[in-house]
Amino acid sequence: MSFTRNLGRFEDDMRTLREKRTEPGWSFCDYFMVQVCDWLRELSIRAVGCSSAVHLCVDQEELAFVFEMLQQFEDALVQYDELDALFTQYVLNFGAGDGANWLGSFCQPVRSWNGLLLRRPIDMEKRDLIQRGEASLLDLRSYLFSRQCTLLIFLQRPWEVTARALELLHNCVQELQLLEVSVESGALDCWVFLSSLEVLHRIEGCCDRSQLEANCSHTVGLWTYATEKLRSLGDLCGLVSENGPDSEDLNKTVDLLAGLGAERPETINSPQSPYKKLKEALSSVEAFEKHYLELSHAAMEMYRVIGRLRSARLVGKSLAEFYMWLLCFACFLSCACGFFDRVCRYLQTSALLASDTNLSDEERRHFCQEILTFARQTAEGKGQQKDARVALSMSSFTRLQELRFRPSSALVHVSAALQLELRLCSLMPVPVTLEQISASIHFTQEQPGSTAQKRAAQNPDGTVTFPAASPASASASALELCEILEHSPSDNALSSAGVACRNMHLLMRRHDSTASLDTPNTAPAVAMEDAAQMLRASDVTLLPGNNSIVFTAPSQKPGSYTLRQLCATLGCVQFILPHIYPVVQYEVYSQEPQLSIQPLTGHNTDSMPVLHSSTCSARILSSSAELLAESALSIQSSEKVTSISLPVTPPYHTLEFLLEVLCHIPSCPARMESERLTNGQISRRSRTRFNSGMTLIDQKVSVDCPWSIYSTLVSLTFHVPFTIKHSLLSAGRRKFIQVCLRNVSDTNFRLTNQTLTENQHTPSLELCSLNTRTHSLVFRQQCVFSVWELRWSGVSPVSVHCEFSAAFAPADAPDAALKLYRYDFTLERVSTLYSVRAEIRPAVGEQQCCTGSLCRLEVSLTRLSEASDSDEEYSETDGLRSSRLLYEVIDNSSNWAVCGKSSGVVSMPVAAMATHKVHMEVMPLFAGHLLVPSIRVFKYQPRLASPVIQPDTDSCLENDSLSLEDQAETASLRSRGSVQSLGSGESAQPRGPMPKRQAFGPGQVFSGTQGQQVLVLPAADHHLMEVNVT
Amino acid sequence: MAVCIAVIAKENYPLYIRSVPTQGELKFHYTVHTSLDVVEEKISGVGKALADQRELYLGLLYPTEDYKVYGYVTNSKVKFVIVVDSSNTSLRDNEIRSMFRKLHNSFTDVMCNPFYNPGDPIQSKAFDSIVSTMMVQAC
Repeated sequence: MSFTRNLGRFEDDMRTLREKRTEPGWSFCDYFMVQVCDWLRELSIRAVGCSSAVHLCVDQEELAFVFEMLQQFEDALVQYDELDALFTQYVLNFGAGDGANWLGSFCQPVRSWNGLLLRRPIDMEKRDLIQRGEASLLDLRSYLFSRQCTLLIFLQRPWEVTARALELLHNCVQELQLLEVSVESGALDCWVFLSSLEVLHRIEGCCDRSQLEANCSHTVGLWTYATEKLRSLGDLCGLVSENGPDSEDLNKTVDLLAGLGAERPETINSPQSPYKKLKEALSSVEAFEKHYLELSHAAMEMYRVIGRLRSARLVGKSLAEFYMWLLCFACFLSCACGFFDRVCRYLQTSALLASDTNLSDEERRHFCQEILTFARQTAEGKGQQKDARVALSMSSFTRLQELRFRPSSALVHVSAALQLELRLCSLMPVPVTLEQISASIHFTQEQPGSTAQKRAAQNPDGTVTFPAASPASASASALELCEILEHSPSDNALSSAGVACRNMHLLMRRHDSTASLDTPNTAPAVAMEDAAQMLRASDVTLLPGNNSIVFTAPSQKPGSYTLRQLCATLGCVQFILPHIYPVVQYEVYSQEPQLSIQPLTGHNTDSMPVLHSSTCSARILSSSAELLAESALSIQSSEKVTSISLPVTPPYHTLEFLLEVLCHIPSCPARMESERLTNGQISRRSRTRFNSGMTLIDQKVSVDCPWSIYSTLVSLTFHVPFTIKHSLLSAGRRKFIQVCLRNVSDTNFRLTNQTLTENQHTPSLELCSLNTRTHSLVFRQQCVFSVWELRWSGVSPVSVHCEFSAAFAPADAPDAALKLYRYDFTLERVSTLYSVRAEIRPAVGEQQCCTGSLCRLEVSLTRLSEASDSDEEYSETDGLRSSRLLYEVIDNSSNWAVCGKSSGVVSMPVAAMATHKVHMEVMPLFAGHLLVPSIRVFKYQPRLASPVIQPDTDSCLENDSLSLEDQAETASLRSRGSVQSLGSGESAQPRGPMPKRQAFGPGQVFSGTQGQQVLVLPAADHHLMEVNVT
Repeated sequence: MAVCIAVIAKENYPLYIRSVPTQGELKFHYTVHTSLDVVEEKISGVGKALADQRELYLGLLYPTEDYKVYGYVTNSKVKFVIVVDSSNTSLRDNEIRSMFRKLHNSFTDVMCNPFYNPGDPIQSKAFDSIVSTMMVQAC
């Protein structure tokens, strides 16, 4: 409680100090900053609870500080109010003549008017000034108010701040007058403007929007005050003068701005700080106008919200005055610029009058003539003022009625014709010939279709109907009058008559000022936009009443076109409709050229013509105006890329041409599985199929167009018309190569130049053609054979690589159509190793072979050449090399019954002309000329040289021990090799290492007795004689 | 003293208006006109029930930089508006009140005049002289 007591004593001290104020030599500043004894300082330190307190000057303000720190904002505020009131009283007394010396410092001229600063809790700068006694009245007031403001905001009473602020501002202005402080004119206006905006900003900073709107009755005073001050500043600085600020005004402005000082660091970053606003507003006439209008409208709006309509109107009045001045200014300008604007206004009025149906026809003609005369004069006389065109509003000239698109979809292809028919109603009383009527177009490069929803105003039949009357003419023409007659009910006499306006509520409706601000006066607002594209119609004569104008719409680029403005040019006069409403749009789309490829098939679609080549027609639909000549069509097929340059094609024309597609028959169809890559990309996928004897080749052709990222793929199926076979024929040592070419197609072909070449060009080899004709016809499903003899000198070739080639063409095609057909083949083991001869002789003592009697079959195997076949295995016994052969007697026609073994193994010494003879018994089953059973010879390879099957090697018939094994072996071999079974039902048991037989290559074994026949007589005692004729 | 004194009828048209610097007459008219906003606000602000007990003197209506506008409403909703120069700081609230009272009395006298048609502009010399005493002596 000592604290309360101390505080009380402090307050008492303060009071005694104040009592002394009437004594001479007392100074307010001293009192303000008076030093009080140390115990108070300690008290305050204790009260704050902060041990490192600064050296505090304790005075009344300190007391307020103390209260503030104790959260006793109310008491602190009271201290400030007391200070404030005290100061006010002094000023009043001073004004009343009661001189107080200390007030002299406040009477010095005001040099700085940088407004209130409410963003800092304590403005130490100003406080220091006050402490030093250098503060001006504005400084002191500002400081006091900022403290009060801070406290009030702490107390959640922001609305009191605004009331006090207004009071303070008024008060300061009055006090400065009272103290006769010399202030530069306008300086106070600046200060007030800045201060009131600063207060408003501060309040806005601590309240949300809804609170602000609910309490604008408190803030509106400040707004109005700021508006007034800005206006007077504008007057002062020549911003509201006829010819803009002169040099004197500019000097004034500079002086005023200098007094503002630098912007405070607190607000330097905020774009809307009062400081910046003021600077900007004073910088130019336009900026001033903008800010002034902004403030005025804000104030008016607030007044309206709180219901103070009269105040709102008062602000509106000064705004109106400002507008009046603007008009005057415009007037003045027009004087300076050759009456330009006045003329403009006069013409606008004339147009309005001429279109007014309420006037007499004569008057209307007169005013219309005025416009026409002016237009003609200026067009003739003033070539140099080409750009000085008079822009008038179109609403008084014509009225738009309808716009119709042709085609009605308003969606056309690039560079296709689109017409717009505009129907408008001319309001002029006489026909007017316009030089040009144009509509500017806004172009957006949009994808077609995306704006389809936007064109809601357009009817499906492609018409846009404009609202019946534009707003300007609505007020002029829409007066609906009707007469009212009232009859008295008793005697039906006319009791009253009058005229009533039915739509008065519409006409008398108050137009919102903000809305009217947008179109203040039509003449300057109407300006023709520069548009890249226009709809134009030249030399149009508009008759009074309805007219129809047809425009051709530009459609060079795909996109969306929106009509913006309409402009009718009449000499130097332009009638402009600033906005076409509802929105009129049309769209232009583009379509890429289309490419289609159709295989031309002679027969059914599935199988391509059986030709080696087929013809394909590519059809290119060009539907753009692009120069197709520059864009080459590239066709990729197999390894080749073919580029086709297309001729220039007009739009919507079809370019059709034939592509002949040749498919080279692969020389060896069986190996055609590999896919080749060109340029890292599979350009061809060929697949061969064998189908019903014909080889099919599937080819894919891709066509790339420069205008499309997609390639067109065509799948073609080719049929190889031929199948080809080769065979090696032997006659003893002589060798013949036979090539059989079979035409599997249904077309007849001509074959020429059948040649067979040896690929390796071995000099010792020679191929002799045995063909007599070089030309031959191969009919459908028929074969052509050609034979060459293979001759060699020296060592017989191991293998021969041959290539058969023939030129072929359809039988009826000319020679030029001849294409090459190749066939590669390889012959292995060409030379004849063994010669086999079989001889059948009647049994000993018989003259002829008879059925039922045994005959002797002598098989002689002769080695014709020394071992040249590497495949042959040799076994060496006692220095004699020999190879083992398996022979087999096969009688395909069951003419013979082989008695005993039909097969056996012989050992052939490796030496030329070594002969081995085998004898066996056969019995003919039929009579007649019977074919000698054929003898087959195989290489016999005892597996792994197993000792079990190691024969005795006395070059005799194999011993019995072997025969069983061999029999089984041969039986199994026979069944495996699909050789005709000899009735051996024994199933081969695979056991151990099996001997293996290996067939000789074709031509390695020459059968010298093939096809030989033996006469077999029937047995004499047979009643029934069977004769078999083969 | 006062620079402008106005009497406004219940229907908000002026019955009497007089201001001292005659050249700024229009300005005073505007000021008085605008002040009616605040007068209406203050009247409607008080509840209907309390209307009878309401003090006739409305106090300072709104301050402007140069003038202070005071209002007074009689029970018959006739408004008195007095505009005082702001620089005249010696003027106390009580003096304003007494001015209004005097004005009210004089107005009552006018109304009592059997030749006065209520609602007509006041053209009474007695009222004029009372107003003159309250106006700034400058003129």
